[in-house]
Amino acid sequence: MISYIIRRLGYMLITLVFVTIVGFFIIELPPGSYLEFHIQSLRQQGGDVTPDQIQALERRYGLGDPVHIRFYKWISGFPRGDFGQSFQHQRPVGELIWSRLGYTLLISVATLIVSWGIAILVGVYSATHRYTIPDYLITVLQFIGLAIPNFLLALVLMIFLQQTFGMRVGVLFSREFRDAPFSIAKMIDLLSNIWVPIVILGVAGTAWTSRVMRANLLDVLNMQYVQTARAKGIHERKVIWKHAVRNALHPLVMTLGMALPGIISGEVVVSTVLNLPTSGPLFFQALIQQDMYLAGTFLVFFAVALLVGNLLADIMLAGLDPRIQYR
Amino acid sequence: MVETSAETIAADAGEEISEVGEIPQSKLIWMRFSRNKLALIGGVGLIIMYIIVGLGPFIASNYYRHQNQDYLFGPPTPLTFIGPDGRLGLQPYTFEFSTRLDPESFKFVFDIDRDTRVPLELFVRGDPYSMLGFIESDIHLLGIEGEQRFYPLGTDALGRDVFARLLIGGQVSLTVGLVGVALTIILGSVMGTISGYFGGLVDDVMQRVIELILSFPTVPLWAALAAALPPISRDFTAVHRFFLITVILSLVNWTGLARQLRGKVMGYAESDFVMAALASGASDARIIFVHMMPNASSHIIVVAALAIPGMILGETALSFLGLGILPPAVSWGSMLTQAQAVPVVVEHPWLMTPGIAVVLAVLFYSFLGDALRDAADPYSI
Repeated sequence: MISYIIRRLGYMLITLVFVTIVGFFIIELPPGSYLEFHIQSLRQQGGDVTPDQIQALERRYGLGDPVHIRFYKWISGFPRGDFGQSFQHQRPVGELIWSRLGYTLLISVATLIVSWGIAILVGVYSATHRYTIPDYLITVLQFIGLAIPNFLLALVLMIFLQQTFGMRVGVLFSREFRDAPFSIAKMIDLLSNIWVPIVILGVAGTAWTSRVMRANLLDVLNMQYVQTARAKGIHERKVIWKHAVRNALHPLVMTLGMALPGIISGEVVVSTVLNLPTSGPLFFQALIQQDMYLAGTFLVFFAVALLVGNLLADIMLAGLDPRIQYR
Repeated sequence: MVETSAETIAADAGEEISEVGEIPQSKLIWMRFSRNKLALIGGVGLIIMYIIVGLGPFIASNYYRHQNQDYLFGPPTPLTFIGPDGRLGLQPYTFEFSTRLDPESFKFVFDIDRDTRVPLELFVRGDPYSMLGFIESDIHLLGIEGEQRFYPLGTDALGRDVFARLLIGGQVSLTVGLVGVALTIILGSVMGTISGYFGGLVDDVMQRVIELILSFPTVPLWAALAAALPPISRDFTAVHRFFLITVILSLVNWTGLARQLRGKVMGYAESDFVMAALASGASDARIIFVHMMPNASSHIIVVAALAIPGMILGETALSFLGLGILPPAVSWGSMLTQAQAVPVVVEHPWLMTPGIAVVLAVLFYSFLGDALRDAADPYSI
């Protein structure tokens, strides 16, 4: 098991190198970068800016150097936490992204947990009550949940909350807590705001996962060991939860690695609509302004989050299913 | 009955099929497919949508770029079926109205004169348009004779007909999925087949590339690539941009199909019919295209149908964020950008109608894809 994890970490490192190459490719992609634009406008200002400053900038990002040297210059800053400069915000990228990335991950993981909890319950219910009216109702809701674009849902819910409850959507903390130190009251305040993006993000995931759960459980319920358990006179609730559900969960855990990219994608879009202080608004703003070091670094870190998530999913699967052997 | 005929088909494959009690596989698939009511709803709904959108310029009463300065953010034209004589009929009427500027709120106010009825008529001459690339006309399905215009879904911030834009935007939003899926199928089946058939180093490299692509969340990756597209100019038209957006969407989507097809092809490589083809000296190309592809075709169709909704949603999200389809082109996503601010939507709810269209299209495609998946394997229970 441990050797498996070490080998997976090794693979991850290799993938990571390629991820940064893709990230750099994205940075280099737009014709006429923000950097060149920035230097040009510095030149035009003349007076205040010394040629030294411009030269320092050019040396830092290797303007005029061949591609591989520019790439090296960017990536060699990583261990020091230097990811380049955001020219739009006039601050280092590292400073800008940490807290925002943290909230994105917090919302994503919370969404995953909530939507899985609900989805498993709903899936079990509709599998054990197949072809009844509630089951049909759930199926319809699942289809609709998958068909609504998450940004549309965000818009609708935002309007609804503002019109009916006068709730201010688009913040994680109320004004009095924003700069307050950590406390229980601050956590409660966070919870009272954070459920909105979690609900929006969770809808599609819950719809999808509960459909998979229903199909899995229906397969498992036909198995002979379930019949045997019933024949032995075990209480039906125990048959379902102990014998069937545990085995129906495996395929679901295998899709965990695939669920995370969707949720992070969704978080980025939804938080842009709600204008939450997470990665979304900053990332899209950077893309539209072609502030590419910021956007490229975000992309690399999204990928890192997914790689780690995949590894955790695999380890979890091993814990859940002793039949899986790792070589 | 069905089971026995299935066995007979399998046993008699290649020989002349006797006429009694046989059901060909294609018919089995159709039987299974048409039994699914949701699939029928999805299929018929999509056909209707594509027809309406295709005939958009004719069905809409106005040209989608016509700006009515006197009717900014105008509500949908009110209709009544009660004629001037006070009797209920089939002839729809609307009312005469006038626009004035409210001196206090500085907003346009539309005064509707409930006593003067204006009949809505069929085949009215209006804005000239060209449709489907070869029809030039100025006759619209519904309209009002004279100065007044008919806006079934109101107008947007620039006084443009939302209904007309919905239909024209649908042309983009509904074809993104089709073009994107065509590209996905080509890329995915070529890559998947090569990977599965030749194995070895090619396969290894391909799998690593797919893993690399899948290690990025889709929407941010799409957005980053779309952000690099040049702005619309004379050399880089809206059509170019549309095409490149679909390329970007399928650049990520082909990986799923390639993976599944690789598995299929690896399975076929062991099968008797491929062995027989190899033994009789068939070339690699012949084995792939004549023996393997037809077997995998139903699978490819299912994966494709299930991929279309994702593409439509992807385009909508990108355009909504201002990175996809850009003006002067219009899509459902780019129409929704106008509905971003809460006060705007609350006062002008008709701006949200493109959202309903997206949900319907995706819903219909999901129904269809689900039913195709069940039908593609007609021998299962």
